[in-house]
Amino acid sequence: MNQAVEDKVAAQIEHEFESWSVNTGGKTIHAKRMPGRFRSYKYMTGAFWLIFFIGPYFRWHGKQMVLFDISNRQFHFMDTTILPQDIWMLSLVLLFLAMTLFAVTSVASRVFCGYFCFQTVWTDLFTWIEEKVEGNFTQRRKLDAAPMNGEKVTKKIIKHALWMLVAILTGISFSAWFVDAFEYWNNLLHFNLPPVGWTVLVAFVLGTYLLAGFLREQTCMWLCPYARIQAVMTDSQTILPTYDVARGEPRGKIKRGAEANLAKQGDCIDCFQCVQVCPTGVDIRQGQQLGCITCGLCLDACDAIMDKVGRPRGLIRYASLDEMNGKPVKKLYQHTRTMIYLGVIMIALAGIVYGLTHLGAMTLRVLPDRQPMFVTLSDGSIRNRYEFKVLNKTPNDLHVEVSAIGGVEGQVIVGAETPILTHHGRGTSFTIFVKAPAKGIKAEETPIEFKVQAVEDKNVTAQYASKFMAPKP
Amino acid sequence: MSEKYDASGVPTTGHVWDDDLGDFTNQPPKWWMLGLAASAIWVVVYWIYYPSVPNAAGNSYFKGVGGWSAIKEMEEDKGTVDAVRKKYEDKIKGMTPAAILADSELSEYVKRSGKVLFGDNCAACHGTNGVGTKDKEGLFAPILTDDDWLYGGKIDTIHETVVGGRQGMMTAHKDSLSAQQIDDVAKYVLAMSEEGKEKADTNAAVAAGKKVFEESDCTGCHGPDAKGMQAMGSANLTDKVWRFEGSLDGIKRTITYGVNSGDPMARIAVMPSFKEAGKLSESEIKKLVVYVYKLGGGQPDEAAAPAAAAAAAPAAAPAAK
Repeated sequence: MNQAVEDKVAAQIEHEFESWSVNTGGKTIHAKRMPGRFRSYKYMTGAFWLIFFIGPYFRWHGKQMVLFDISNRQFHFMDTTILPQDIWMLSLVLLFLAMTLFAVTSVASRVFCGYFCFQTVWTDLFTWIEEKVEGNFTQRRKLDAAPMNGEKVTKKIIKHALWMLVAILTGISFSAWFVDAFEYWNNLLHFNLPPVGWTVLVAFVLGTYLLAGFLREQTCMWLCPYARIQAVMTDSQTILPTYDVARGEPRGKIKRGAEANLAKQGDCIDCFQCVQVCPTGVDIRQGQQLGCITCGLCLDACDAIMDKVGRPRGLIRYASLDEMNGKPVKKLYQHTRTMIYLGVIMIALAGIVYGLTHLGAMTLRVLPDRQPMFVTLSDGSIRNRYEFKVLNKTPNDLHVEVSAIGGVEGQVIVGAETPILTHHGRGTSFTIFVKAPAKGIKAEETPIEFKVQAVEDKNVTAQYASKFMAPKP
Repeated sequence: MSEKYDASGVPTTGHVWDDDLGDFTNQPPKWWMLGLAASAIWVVVYWIYYPSVPNAAGNSYFKGVGGWSAIKEMEEDKGTVDAVRKKYEDKIKGMTPAAILADSELSEYVKRSGKVLFGDNCAACHGTNGVGTKDKEGLFAPILTDDDWLYGGKIDTIHETVVGGRQGMMTAHKDSLSAQQIDDVAKYVLAMSEEGKEKADTNAAVAAGKKVFEESDCTGCHGPDAKGMQAMGSANLTDKVWRFEGSLDGIKRTITYGVNSGDPMARIAVMPSFKEAGKLSESEIKKLVVYVYKLGGGQPDEAAAPAAAAAAAPAAAPAAK
């Protein structure tokens, strides 16, 4: 590249940067709130989060229906209890969630960001409160600019108090998923939470208050990693809120008496409604960009204006890059990447279903003693020692009988003459000896499989393959 | 290039090098400056609060106004652990080893702390987990995992052994028996172990040894049945477990020079009294006893505590004598 071209490119980039405004949070965005189709969607999807607030209070057979019991390392869902040993399913759940996110994003871009993300939903709730207390977006801007006076202070205090209330409720609701919700309230009202409980509560209350009240769209733009990954998850087939440049440009106001110009103008009347309603303060007409959480509010705003000026809706609409470039729009099943995501989702789901249906009521682990590997007894027989770890996943304490399959001819199991008590919901360990006469031993290692069976319920069993060690025969 | 990126108007330090490079005098961000100031204040607070300034001349140091010391913190943490253990430790204090063994919760607790105590005090001779240790002269200290006991494997006997220690004894026979006699009796002893006493008694090849065994002083300690006497710690010669060395040469050496007989070639078998040593508390000795019992060789005490025996069943191998 010669010097002249290089300079030209550099100048172009510099020129572009001059007109490029970056929202670094210096100015609070007061977005206009107006009714519309996507506004309604947003209220509906946001309402899913009500489950977050009321979920912990559902009971099931006298216990909390969903409980992430961290202190006892158990997860309860209705009658199912999942212990840490089955935590591999969690990785599949995470895989399922991640892939769902990917698939949805590859189909319709940041659906999660715009409609479901807690940051979006809570910010929406906080600005809704702000609007109720301080008035609509123009009144709020004026109030911010106005000097401090009695009315301003009162309004601000009420607003922050309400914000804090929501934040505290959020913190409590979060905590209530991890301990018994009613017990938690009782402890909370008696100021009797453990230190970790207070830490979580305070962190969540402050986090909610700061993130939804002050950081708002800054979180999406500079804090959230997902916002940055989105670019690699969308492609030319992904539909996202798009300004139809061909139809809209050249934009211009409609002026009385200048109807002649109208024919040359595009459909965009440069009313800035799309910018005013945007919760992150971007101008969608500049194209897809980092700040856009694809919430569709600008579509509502633009459609309302188009209706008023008598032009067709959809100047800003969900459209793919292919559509905008006039390329043929492919069907969803022709989108290979989405299909691959769906495949992974199915695999993860199958794994979860398998896991849930094969939880088993009992697991057994047998650790043979390493030192000594065997003991020669006074009558010449060989004895091995095994540490048994039985995990009883049933809701009751059970007594188990120990038996062995295979092993050495004439062997005797010592240590389980009477059935051994295993506590429910946690591991029980005990020692078992196996004694085998020297003449029966044919090899240094003899495979032996242990089996435990509950006395109370013969269907509850578990097996584990191990080895019987002996000196060279 | 320099014209294009000219940043005139921004104050610089005035230092210019490589023709056109300068240093802006931009302030670091406020949060950063606040952090710096806070760190500086923290340094001062730290130096006053914690032990900080050494005084080499006085072999001392400034102790800090907070009164913190690593030892104190360690003691406090230890206090937390002790508080958790207290309910068990209090119980153990008033119990006999047999009673501890009978209590499934306590014996589980003791098994854990016993492992540490065993490693610190016993494993040097008896080996990790009581597997026994060997030196070039054979087994150095008895294996504790098997079912053969010199002095007895009942819980109270083990307690006696740990408290009082043990000292093996066997006279040297290099003067009282001829080399031929020693060779004969050694072969007989080996045969008793390998094929059992009944067979050895009818085995013509070792008949000479049998005669020596019965006619010299062997039966005095090992008994006419050669099964030893636990009251005096004499070994059972009819089983497969050897205290020292099970080879013919090994047996001959034991017979020739004895055990703790004062002869430089004698076998050494001494266990110190752990009570006299004073290093272990009574509770710790009890823990060790239960731990050793549960290594696999403990023998249930039928008469004294049948309940204890039943509870200890998982660990008790049936006596195979």
